[in-house]
Amino acid sequence: MEKEDKILVVENLRTQFFTYGGVVQALDDVSFEIVNGEIFGLVGESGCGKSVTVASVMGLVQKPGKVIAGKVLLEGEDLLQKSDREMSWIRGSRISVISQDPTSSLNPLFKIGYQVSEPMIFHRRVKKRAAWKEAEQLLLRMGVPDPAGKARNFPHELSGGMRQRAVIAMALACNPDLLIADEPTTNLDVTIERQILNLVRQLQKYLGTSVLWITHDMAVIAEMCDRVAVMYAGNIVELSDVRTIFKNPAHPYTVKLLKAIPSSESTAQELDEIPGVVPQLIDPPSGCRFHPRCERAMPICSEEKPEDVNIENGHMVACHLYS
Amino acid sequence: MPEPLVECREVSKYFPIKGLFRDVGNVRAVEQVSLTIHKHRTYGLVGESGCGKTTLARTIMRLVSPTAGEIYFNGQDILTFDKDELMKFRRETSIVFQDPYTSLDPRMIIADVVGEPLLIHGVAYGEDREDMVLSLLDKVGLKPEHMYRYPHEFSGGQRQRIAIARALAGDPEFVLLDEASSALDVSVQAKILNLLNRLKEGLALTYLFISHNLSVIRHISDEIGVMYLGELVEQGSRDQVFGSPLHPYTQGILAASPKLDPDKRTRSEKIVLKGEIPSAINPPSGCRFHTRCPMAIPLCSEEMPAFRDMGEGHMVSCHRV
Amino acid sequence: MKAPPFILLSSRYRILKKRLHPLTKEFGLTLYVLRKSLLAVIGAIIVALFIFISIFGDLLAPYDPNEIDIAGRFSTPTREHLLGTDKLGRDVFSRILVGARYSIRSGIIVLAIAVPTGIILGGIAGLFGGWLDEMIMRITDVFLAFPYLILAMSFSAALGPSLFNAMLALSLVWWPLYTRLVRGQALAVRETAYVEAATSKGASKWNLIFKHILPNCLSPILVTFTLDMGWIITAAAALSFLGFGAQPPLSEWGRMVSDGRQYLFQAWWVSLFPGFTIALTVLGFNLLGDGIRDALDPKLRRITEVKWKKKTRS
Repeated sequence: MEKEDKILVVENLRTQFFTYGGVVQALDDVSFEIVNGEIFGLVGESGCGKSVTVASVMGLVQKPGKVIAGKVLLEGEDLLQKSDREMSWIRGSRISVISQDPTSSLNPLFKIGYQVSEPMIFHRRVKKRAAWKEAEQLLLRMGVPDPAGKARNFPHELSGGMRQRAVIAMALACNPDLLIADEPTTNLDVTIERQILNLVRQLQKYLGTSVLWITHDMAVIAEMCDRVAVMYAGNIVELSDVRTIFKNPAHPYTVKLLKAIPSSESTAQELDEIPGVVPQLIDPPSGCRFHPRCERAMPICSEEKPEDVNIENGHMVACHLYS
Repeated sequence: MPEPLVECREVSKYFPIKGLFRDVGNVRAVEQVSLTIHKHRTYGLVGESGCGKTTLARTIMRLVSPTAGEIYFNGQDILTFDKDELMKFRRETSIVFQDPYTSLDPRMIIADVVGEPLLIHGVAYGEDREDMVLSLLDKVGLKPEHMYRYPHEFSGGQRQRIAIARALAGDPEFVLLDEASSALDVSVQAKILNLLNRLKEGLALTYLFISHNLSVIRHISDEIGVMYLGELVEQGSRDQVFGSPLHPYTQGILAASPKLDPDKRTRSEKIVLKGEIPSAINPPSGCRFHTRCPMAIPLCSEEMPAFRDMGEGHMVSCHRV
Repeated sequence: MKAPPFILLSSRYRILKKRLHPLTKEFGLTLYVLRKSLLAVIGAIIVALFIFISIFGDLLAPYDPNEIDIAGRFSTPTREHLLGTDKLGRDVFSRILVGARYSIRSGIIVLAIAVPTGIILGGIAGLFGGWLDEMIMRITDVFLAFPYLILAMSFSAALGPSLFNAMLALSLVWWPLYTRLVRGQALAVRETAYVEAATSKGASKWNLIFKHILPNCLSPILVTFTLDMGWIITAAAALSFLGFGAQPPLSEWGRMVSDGRQYLFQAWWVSLFPGFTIALTVLGFNLLGDGIRDALDPKLRRITEVKWKKKTRS
């Protein structure tokens, strides 16, 4: 049976948090697709909704939050319609997550080998001994030297880079269709980060794993991703292949964001600043959520929320300047 | 070349590891570092975790006393200060920390947070102090009504501004910025970096800026020092270090860091720097980098290379250069 | 030219008012969060009632608590004697009302000794560390090892039994808890970035204690203090029950329970009502203490603050 062309389709996802102080409109009509075998980047600053998107896709939105609208299609099946039991089956086997802090993803009381084999035993019903052997193999492929020895180690005996590799091994134990990487290299040193980035690219090349890569670091996006979505205040404001985002950014936020990053390209003394602050999502700005900070705002921007506009082959912007 | 403000000569710092009855070893956090920070310049200290940059900075600020070596501030040996000289030193130096959420006392209102140095040094009291705090807040872009609020009412970027205002109280000469922008979003970081540059010009300050982020260091520094596992391996102007890096470690981290241009991706799967950072308790012999160095020769594991000037003040510590 | 003094005063007053504003705001928020919890409100009411009775007990009491009426002894609760009379015909209700003051006195004595001692010793131990810390902690350990009952017994034997002596004994065992508490806080605060910042600007150790450590200790101290009142009242009652605390004719609640012990089956009200009052008062302090702890919890405050701001604005 042919694998679907698009591994994940998110349609009009809307998530809100019903708190004491009001309704936090965390995700407002988010839509994107991940093609089979690609590394898809989701980039944005803190508070833009990247982590809520991951939680919504995984069915892990906690009270007082709720996904109130939309579809999350994993190879055609809507995950939002699935029961808790079905979702816990899917998590770890068809979708895996690696997160920012490898130390908190690993249980300090169990050996690495056990933790990497746990998903295999649970999801694929592999016997313990066979799972352990497979875990060692997996660690080897993750570039862990002396995998047999490391498998017998506890997490605190490993360095940060090794822990992250172990976490990636855990995530890949059941050969998932989609790997969600939530800021996996943010806390790592640059040389270790480079090793992990290379590792993930190799995974894409040799295993064909699709990856949803979440980060706030545009440089990592430039290094890793095939296509990118830029998020701001709960919306995707621009979506395109990676070259276009960097060479031809369309949305004013993307433009300003790129100019605000110190880079080896520009030697300007002053970095470009975006005036104002990220809005509170309890009472978001009307119309386009970026309009209070946008230099090119027009009257319509405060009245109407902009529609997604397709500029040219796959380059999508949500901005009135283009509609 | 302006005159030096801070001079470190062969500064070392070891932390003893306590055994049951005696010390069983040392964490050799800083190993014989000599550097000079010139007036009105920003010295960027860059390195990965465990390289000792934070410890070195604390030693320069006299929050930690060095195991060996000398440190001079404006020509005076800071380790031999008496009480008055030490207070003067404290007034002339300040720190801005990385995490704006823990660097302000949650129980103090902003007026007191920023005004504390003024109180300690007896600079001004009562209304004069309030006026000074007002002008400091204005310098960092905050408003008068922010003075009588608690820190938890402010965002990360605003808190960092408050921390900067506190650092400027009392008219210091030297500010240590310990990863001051690392915990901030990109857009906020840009504002803070711009602010720091403006303040440096306007108030004739000297900065020691510590970071692990190469692009930020490149943007803000005039001079740069690269540290690895307690040693200063390369030092030079910004153009020297980034334009023509000499030490293999510097070359390695420059190659490893992700570029902002999708066309300039590191295409090859070749990793320049293999392996992990060794422990500082038992660092490699000779040149500490030799275990990961692609250019290592037998001499590198035997002898620690001298810190030599390769021309125009570009210093390197390497046998192969 | 120096400004005339009265202008200086008015400007000082203005500054003071401005500084007071954030404090009152925080206090207002604390009250708001407290009000939101029914249990905390109940606790607060009980405690308020308790404090009121301990001050005005003798004015409220319908009978003289020491008035003996042998003829009317062991009267069941009636309209004349709301809670009955005891073995000497004294009105139980009046005795309970008047007895509140002994309980509160116990709490005040013990805490007045324990809290300041704890703050000073704990602050020094936590901030200075080293051998000073070790020494203070070992002394603390010694005192913690004493069972308060034995200590109270020996005090009672040496100095004569009285409520005051019992409370002295109790405070000897109580101060280590506060020392530990403050020391823990001091250790935590000592490591923070803001203390490092203050040190780098030349703050002395005393500066640090009074400006940074103490204010950050106040919340846990307040919570512990409130909960401790309940414990101390129980301990005082226990000591009095056993005969080492309040002596007759004091109508201390524990004493009253003990007095009625022999007649438990015939005149149950003599022991029951004082016992019940003890339980209710301790419950009140516990509820209030928990409520204060929640009200001072930064996370909860932040969440509730949004709603409170909306309310105060409208």
